[in-house]
Amino acid sequence: MSHDTKSSYYLPAPSHWPILGSAALFCTMFGAAHWLHGNSYGPYLFALGIAVLLFMVFGWFGAVIKESLAGFYDKQVDHSYRWGMVWFIFSEVMFFGAFFGALFYARISAIPELGGDTTSIFTASTLTHYLIWPNFTAHWPVLHNPDMAVFAGPKQVMEAWGLPAINTLILLTSGATITWAHWGVVKDKRKHVLWGLLFTVLLGISFLICQAHEYITAYEQYQLRLDSGIYGTTFFMLTGFHGLHVTLGTIMLIVILIRAYLNHFNPKHHFAFEAVSWYWHFVDVVWLFLFVFVYWL
Amino acid sequence: MSTAVNDVHEHEHEHPEGFWGVLGRWLFTTNHKDIGTLYLWLSFIMFFVGGAMALVIRAELFQPGARIVSPEFFNQMTTLHGLIMVFGVVMPAMVGLANWQIPMMIGAPDMALPRLNNWSFWILPFAFSLLMSTFFMSGPAPDFGWTFYAPLSTTYGPKSTDFMIFSIHLMGLSSIMGAINVIATIFNMRAPGMTLMKMPIFVWSWLVTAFLLLGVMPVLAGAVTMMLADRHFGTSFFNAAGGGDPILFQHVFWFFGHPEVYILIMPAFGVISEVVSTFSRKKIFGYRFMIYAIVAIALLSFIVWAHHMFTAGIPLVTELFFMYATMLVAVPTGVKVFNWVATIFKGSISFEAPMLFAIAFLFLFTMGGFSGLMLSIVPADYQYQDTYFVVAHFHYVLIPGSIFAIMAAIYYWLPKWTGHMYNETMAKWHFWLTVISINITFFPMHFLGLAGMPRRIPDYALQFTDFNRIATIGAFIFGFSQLLFLINVVRTVRGHGPRVGAKVWEGAHGLEWTLPSPPPYHSFTVPPEIKN
Repeated sequence: MSHDTKSSYYLPAPSHWPILGSAALFCTMFGAAHWLHGNSYGPYLFALGIAVLLFMVFGWFGAVIKESLAGFYDKQVDHSYRWGMVWFIFSEVMFFGAFFGALFYARISAIPELGGDTTSIFTASTLTHYLIWPNFTAHWPVLHNPDMAVFAGPKQVMEAWGLPAINTLILLTSGATITWAHWGVVKDKRKHVLWGLLFTVLLGISFLICQAHEYITAYEQYQLRLDSGIYGTTFFMLTGFHGLHVTLGTIMLIVILIRAYLNHFNPKHHFAFEAVSWYWHFVDVVWLFLFVFVYWL
Repeated sequence: MSTAVNDVHEHEHEHPEGFWGVLGRWLFTTNHKDIGTLYLWLSFIMFFVGGAMALVIRAELFQPGARIVSPEFFNQMTTLHGLIMVFGVVMPAMVGLANWQIPMMIGAPDMALPRLNNWSFWILPFAFSLLMSTFFMSGPAPDFGWTFYAPLSTTYGPKSTDFMIFSIHLMGLSSIMGAINVIATIFNMRAPGMTLMKMPIFVWSWLVTAFLLLGVMPVLAGAVTMMLADRHFGTSFFNAAGGGDPILFQHVFWFFGHPEVYILIMPAFGVISEVVSTFSRKKIFGYRFMIYAIVAIALLSFIVWAHHMFTAGIPLVTELFFMYATMLVAVPTGVKVFNWVATIFKGSISFEAPMLFAIAFLFLFTMGGFSGLMLSIVPADYQYQDTYFVVAHFHYVLIPGSIFAIMAAIYYWLPKWTGHMYNETMAKWHFWLTVISINITFFPMHFLGLAGMPRRIPDYALQFTDFNRIATIGAFIFGFSQLLFLINVVRTVRGHGPRVGAKVWEGAHGLEWTLPSPPPYHSFTVPPEIKN
């Protein structure tokens, strides 16, 4: 450890985790591309990459936790991690922004234009409508795609005030329970923390179960699929990436539940807990936007 | 390169020896200088790779007719040349400079998140391996231009497109982590007393660049993810048959793409500010306004993207909005150019290599800016769109802009990094050959474009022959002149050239010049005192 005595800022020794992570990412992506092209070794390379990546995450975070428990991190290091997490979440917001942008663009510009709307300032030429798909009428959600032979439309769309509303309630409640758990950390009440986190994890898992149920209903009953035109595209890509983030968030919650059980946190020093709760709130807020713009309006 | 006589440290930092020791040092390093060096060498290597592709393009265009390479291969060359020069040369070079300089300029021991820093770098060689592997597979490499517009890249894209998509995911990941690190470093690692409004302009320019990266790299990741889904999972983001729109791709891409070009030039502005001030022996004129201008350009960069799409068939109101917003960019950019000129004005000027490149930057980047203004005018753009005029424009802002600034920065800081002065005569030869050849290459392209020669076509009508020949001759001189740069850098790194003291340049000011040359392995282990 090249822990410097003169500066209090902890400078980690050379680490083999990042290069391992890079190699794992390469293996994952190389494998994924070959998988998509139907090469038999693709899935194996992909799986190997993911396994090494998980090993790397485990090892790297393990090293950080050890350093943290050994008391190497002062307030300044803590602040670096805070800035890091804040701006990481910001970059995630921008990633979702791209998909929300696609949704708004389809609804405000692409669909009206295909439907021959000349009144909106967001449409340019209506020639596509008149020359290629004169029978297409603009309507959101789109049940009848311009070319039904290529993209068969869904029979039905997701109703907002059924399962999605329950899911909204679940996530909002989980936001409350994690805050309640945070109070527990600040007041140094172990049971309070563990129960709060356990509730949050269970709520996260129930959200995912509801979401899975909804997807099954969509595919089997509504014929609403990833390939059923722009509605299915935006619906599944937005809720799918959100679901992926809920999954990651739930895993992160489980990790800090274990760490809370191992007494890793104290009222003054529990950044990992806060980082995960920020992430969870971010996932929560994204869902609210999804509920309003994908399901409801 | 960074073993040093070191009066700040009590102990000499020991570097491991032997093959595995050296390999391990560079693979596992968490040191900002080592990582900066890695970034800069990656950039240098990719500069010659991308440059070789440019020479293939120019060789093909030396005379009309499909002569040397097939049209398909020509398309692959233009695509990969663009991708490599943007993502593999200018961006890594700027991050390399940031790694070396930011901790030294703000009085920090290292970057805020050293292991993340290592990861940001080491993702890149893997990403470029993935990208270059497309040349070695059955079927063509990506061949739809560096902007990879749908449906050329979705419905009609070759198989290798997926490798490009994943490679771009990796580059985005690297950039985002790098940007997070820069922000955490600048916000959290400044020496006591180094307030934001005392920071060198280079550091400011990188702070703003980091925010631009965070704002747009995830959107690029979104764009390529949509492409991937359209290609393989049946979605219809960019397919009108399912209610999507190919123009949506252009919106998402340029929402990334326009801030991206400012990501390429912003750190260059920072470098030029440092260099111009040092060799004029004056403080930068209008420090505050230089910073406000950087911030203004960054904010404007988010509302000008559709000027790349004037002929794509977008609504008139949109075109007008983006035309006026684009013209507004000229205001803060003008502030910067005038402030640089005012800094030089009545200064005690000397013309070492960094200053020569900076002065060339002022003239030639401004020219590129003016042709950009011409392109921003919607009705005029209907004429210029997709011609060599556009090629001339963006090469004028990228080479004499970003690349010249990188060269200025290398000549300016290399003596600090290595403790040795580069060979000034060779540097002057490099400068004059470069600056003359670049104008021979790209100036005629303005005429070609205005006369109607389209971009990205391997063949052309006979009347364009003369200017194309001139451009090709210029390109080859430009390309081979860079060997002088390489030789000069390698010589200096290997310890040729006279030793230099802490303050390499007479007119230089800033914390990095208070450290010995070469600086200690961990820059400021004790935070320096900041005076005024």
